Amino acid sequence: MAAKPKLCYFRGRGRMESIRWLLAAAGVEFEEEFIETREQYEKLQKDGRLLFGQVPLVEMDGMVLTQTKAILSYLAAKYDLYGKDLKERVRVDMYADGTLDLMMMIALAAFKTPGEKEENLALVVKKAKTCYFPAFEKILKDHGEDFLVGNKFSWADIQLLEAVLMVEELDASVLSDFPLLKAFKTRISNIPTIKKFLQPGSQRKLPPDSHYVKTVRNVLQL
Amino acid sequence: MCAFPGVENPGDSIMAAKPKLYYFDGRGRMEPIRWLLAAAGVEFEEEFLETSKDLEKLRNDGSLMFQQVPMVEIDGMKLVQCRAILNYIAAKYNLYGKDIKERALIDMYVEGVADLNEMYLFWSISPPNEQAAKMTQMKDKIANRYLPAFEKVLKSHGQDYLVGNRLSRADIHLVELLYLVEELDPNLLANFPLLKALKARISNLPTVKKFLQPGSPRKPPMDEKCLAKVKEIFQLK
Repeated sequence: MAAKPKLCYFRGRGRMESIRWLLAAAGVEFEEEFIETREQYEKLQKDGRLLFGQVPLVEMDGMVLTQTKAILSYLAAKYDLYGKDLKERVRVDMYADGTLDLMMMIALAAFKTPGEKEENLALVVKKAKTCYFPAFEKILKDHGEDFLVGNKFSWADIQLLEAVLMVEELDASVLSDFPLLKAFKTRISNIPTIKKFLQPGSQRKLPPDSHYVKTVRNVLQL
Repeated sequence: MCAFPGVENPGDSIMAAKPKLYYFDGRGRMEPIRWLLAAAGVEFEEEFLETSKDLEKLRNDGSLMFQQVPMVEIDGMKLVQCRAILNYIAAKYNLYGKDIKERALIDMYVEGVADLNEMYLFWSISPPNEQAAKMTQMKDKIANRYLPAFEKVLKSHGQDYLVGNRLSRADIHLVELLYLVEELDPNLLANFPLLKALKARISNLPTVKKFLQPGSPRKPPMDEKCLAKVKEIFQLK
């Protein structure tokens, strides 16, 4: 029985959340170590497990992996969530990176001053409504299939759902002009592994609050 | 050339269309793509954005999935998102390791290089009064985080390439970065003999050697004129 993947990060979403989603969607159980203090972080850096001195860190299959996108790509490939060939893979990558950009904007906004934060989050909602969601609505419309790529569940679908839910937390009506995305959201949310992850008590993390921001600032000396 | 002129072989063009790159005439986010294509021996064409109207036109054409460049037309697709484009090229031209574990290592190294490139990109468009402090920070990270990490990788296995004892995109992207580091300050490379050796070795590969010569599609560092153009195209302050 292979050891469970072990995730090391702050107790919050940040750059690790997409990795939690992907593992959960793939039905893979994982363990988490939460960084709470500067001392813990310095020890991690001295241990030599952080290639560039940074988290997220995921230890699995005998590897010590950092760099969010490297980890996500590995998981997508391992669990057959990366399309069937190169041409499908590039589409999965394009869509995943687009949604990651949007989610990163939200994650980083938490660390701005209150005025800037509001402004940035408003901009995120605007970009979602005028750029990202129309793009995905069009993809779904053009092929009329249930999933974004190759008529099969992939990493792209998981991330789009994650992004949609995140933006909805900022503006509950954001999907009102996107009927296919609404249906997509319901459909993907009902996949058993995802349904389980969306329930309270799962390893899904909450939006960043002041305690989380304070901890991260303290640990990373921002 | 086709043995039977006038008879088409499905899926086998006599001359496949060259990839076409859409960006401004400068490094920015497109440069790693130019390096990788060049290293793979792939000839490509470029269409340069000169004004914000050019970007607007591309957007209105529906050519840019998220309304952003870089965009690369290749194999009948209009690709956006640098990482997606680079992953595709690397896999197509066999520069992505032999299995998913090698790919994970390559990706980890490549993402580190990309982070530093991103820092440089933001530095180049930041207000002049902020640049000195940002450059100091960047040089500190180069000297104390990134170069030591890569030197350590090479030392750990003693091989000629970063991953799997074989040329991969990781080597190309890293060497591109080493040239940038050298431009910023040649002394930065002084204490990294294995990186220096890698740089020399990769630079001597015929395709890379050709790309390093004047007249290739390789772009120079951004100057004032280019910066002004970039600000206008992307409507930056």
